[in-house]
Amino acid sequence: MPIEVCHLTHCYSEGSAFRTVALDDVSFRIDDGEFVGVIGHTGSGKSTLVQHLNGLLRPSSGQVLINGEDLNGEHVNRRALRQRIGLVFQYPEYQLFEETVAKDIAFGPKNQGLSADEIAERVRYAMDCVHLDYDKYAERSPFELSGGQMRRVAIAGVLAMRPSVLILDEPTAGLDPRGRDKILSMLEELHARENTTILMVSHSMDDMARLATRLIVMSEGKIVVEGTPREIFAREDMMTSIGLDVPDAARLCARLRTMGYNLPADLFRPEELKEQLLRLWKEGSAC
Amino acid sequence: MKSDSRVQLNDVSYSYEEQAAPALSGVSALIQPGEFVAVLGHNGSGKSTMAKLLNALFVPTEGNVVVCGYNTREEKLVWEIRQRAGMIFQNPDNQIVATVVKEDVAFGLENLGVPTEEMIPRIESALSAVRMSAYADKAPHMLSGGQKQRVAIAGILAMEPSVIIADEATAMLDPSGRKEVLETIRTLNRQKGITVVWITHFMEEAALADRVLVVTDGQIKLSGTPAEVFDRVEEMREMHLDVPHMTALAGELREAGMPLRPGILTVEELAEEVERLCPLKSAT
Amino acid sequence: MLNNITMGQYYPVDSRVHRLDPRIKLILTIVFIVIVFIARTFLGYAVILAFVYLASRLANVPFRMLLRGLKPLRLIIILTFLLNLLFTTGETLWLEFWIVRITKEGFMQAAFYSLRLVFLVIGTSLLTLTTSPVSLADAIEILLTPLKKIHFPAHELAMMMTIALRFIPTLLEETDKIMKAQMARGADFESGNLISRAKAMVPLLVPLFVSAFRRAGDLAMAMESRCYHGGDGRTRLRVLKITKNDWIACGVMAVLLALIILEGIFL
Repeated sequence: MPIEVCHLTHCYSEGSAFRTVALDDVSFRIDDGEFVGVIGHTGSGKSTLVQHLNGLLRPSSGQVLINGEDLNGEHVNRRALRQRIGLVFQYPEYQLFEETVAKDIAFGPKNQGLSADEIAERVRYAMDCVHLDYDKYAERSPFELSGGQMRRVAIAGVLAMRPSVLILDEPTAGLDPRGRDKILSMLEELHARENTTILMVSHSMDDMARLATRLIVMSEGKIVVEGTPREIFAREDMMTSIGLDVPDAARLCARLRTMGYNLPADLFRPEELKEQLLRLWKEGSAC
Repeated sequence: MKSDSRVQLNDVSYSYEEQAAPALSGVSALIQPGEFVAVLGHNGSGKSTMAKLLNALFVPTEGNVVVCGYNTREEKLVWEIRQRAGMIFQNPDNQIVATVVKEDVAFGLENLGVPTEEMIPRIESALSAVRMSAYADKAPHMLSGGQKQRVAIAGILAMEPSVIIADEATAMLDPSGRKEVLETIRTLNRQKGITVVWITHFMEEAALADRVLVVTDGQIKLSGTPAEVFDRVEEMREMHLDVPHMTALAGELREAGMPLRPGILTVEELAEEVERLCPLKSAT
Repeated sequence: MLNNITMGQYYPVDSRVHRLDPRIKLILTIVFIVIVFIARTFLGYAVILAFVYLASRLANVPFRMLLRGLKPLRLIIILTFLLNLLFTTGETLWLEFWIVRITKEGFMQAAFYSLRLVFLVIGTSLLTLTTSPVSLADAIEILLTPLKKIHFPAHELAMMMTIALRFIPTLLEETDKIMKAQMARGADFESGNLISRAKAMVPLLVPLFVSAFRRAGDLAMAMESRCYHGGDGRTRLRVLKITKNDWIACGVMAVLLALIILEGIFL
């Protein structure tokens, strides 16, 4: 189910003195099975963009096409389309409300009008996806869990709707390294095993370097550049100019290259760099 | 009181009543005046409990916490301690009381009973120290997360503390907000000599401290300079903590035989070592 | 966006009325209410109307802003008018059909009582339009301070008001966020009958309450760590000072009061 965004513009407080343009003529396309990362500062329009992909906001102009259908078209069943696109907000644990984990996860499927059996199965499936043991956690209150666990329950609540596309806004914000790792490996697995299309908004270049197959860089409501992590992270100057960092490995690579070392320009993973540095060292000690 | 602005924890344990396992057990530490100490640990390690003990929000179950010469056990000293050891919390929204920035900075001073004429210059200098003077008359909900945290810092600063304790003050901020807040605190540490206890789970932030205390399961497991602590990559990983990427990479290179010096934390440091070990051919 | 909502109905411009000490304004508003109640004739009302109009000009507040305050109360005002019109017994018959009798006296009384309501609303609107909620909280605290002797929590009340004002925008933003998050999970807040709509609010209200409690806990701790220990021995950044302006306002109100009292005696 490809998503296509065409010339999307969004203004807040249209027609008043407070009018601000949050998205300015944004166009891109996401194909099935991609893992797309959206990077940008707070206020770059990322969160506004994400809400458009789920039809929670109406464009000031432009279109969002889901599987070729205009999400805001006149004869479109928006609720049905919306259910195919799972949206996980920032700090999603703040939306939990049920007495038990299982009931909370069942909220989405219930709204889809599924049968009790089907719902029960969906809950098990979703808990499995987020690595929460059904027998241990299903009947617990979500409010007793740790922050990282609560977040996984919230993500399960979206996965239980079996979306074809999963969109996450800052899924690791505020978590400690352990909680972050769990979320990331869960997403990695979901992408590999279920071939779910994923779009993730994040500030963390390390998260992006680890997971994304393609990056979209945003600044001031516009897309600055799009490409593979390899292409993007090789352009440290461009990234710094809009106030974004690149992963440390990419910075080291760039630095060594300016010093005159013979290295490929597009390294951004520590493993790759390790190989190259060992090669340099062996060559150096050989002569 | 400048003579004794040390923070001491002597064999401190703390248990929340409802829980059987203590959140902290047998922790001892001495923080010197003017030091910037990072306390690194994951959630539930006991690091936040430690912060609250330093501000007399909690009183130890066992042992003693002595802040600037005052023991937190003595109830009547509580306000003295809180004035000298100010605290910033994690959620920027939940620690701003007033509807206007400068009035929030005034909050602590009002509580201390500082006369109004004296308040005004103190508020002005506190706001200028965190570079928020331009926002003095703004409503807090219009500010970014980093700005709100800087207002919170100004509120503490106006009380003229010797120690600032930050309990994961950057956890909810974006990278630029995080940088902003950390820079502010580092400047205050260097220029005004304020002791900083920086509680965090970001290793990048701990790497900038004078000293790092690693807390896990309610105990201090490692202590030393960032270089000393992070070089113990394996131990850190076992505790589910990150180490700086360059330290980890250096560790792996060392394992593969490259004789890198210990204590590499930054890109620049590793680049220098590479230059030393693999001299450029054109230069020879 | 929720950033530009105005608090209460405060109309943020600068004027002599805005600059009045909130305590004085609060007291004068109470005096004004008394004046409205003791006025007995339409002539008195004409004087009051003139006063209100001039005050609104002086406050730089458009008169229609004052009238806007009547909107939520329009039903009560119309009802007051109709009830008095229909159920007042009088002699000069104007109109009669079926069981309805409309008399001149009935009409006069109906007009009088509904105008009284209008003046009360306009008078208090003038206060809230020209005084920020925070200053009002201040004024209430100081005016209620004598009641502390009988253990009335004046300071706590004002502190509660300030905190509530501080957190209204935060909670509004949060409501918007949670609502959207639940909509993304297929929640429907818009359709259905009253009961199903009320039920649909649960996924919104529970997280909102949970969050409000968490915030309250955090805030209490932050306030304690900043040495908050109630109102005793507290100083304030904002000190209220009575200026010449305030005395003038008091004088004007005294004149109005005298006029209305004289009107009651001689007319």
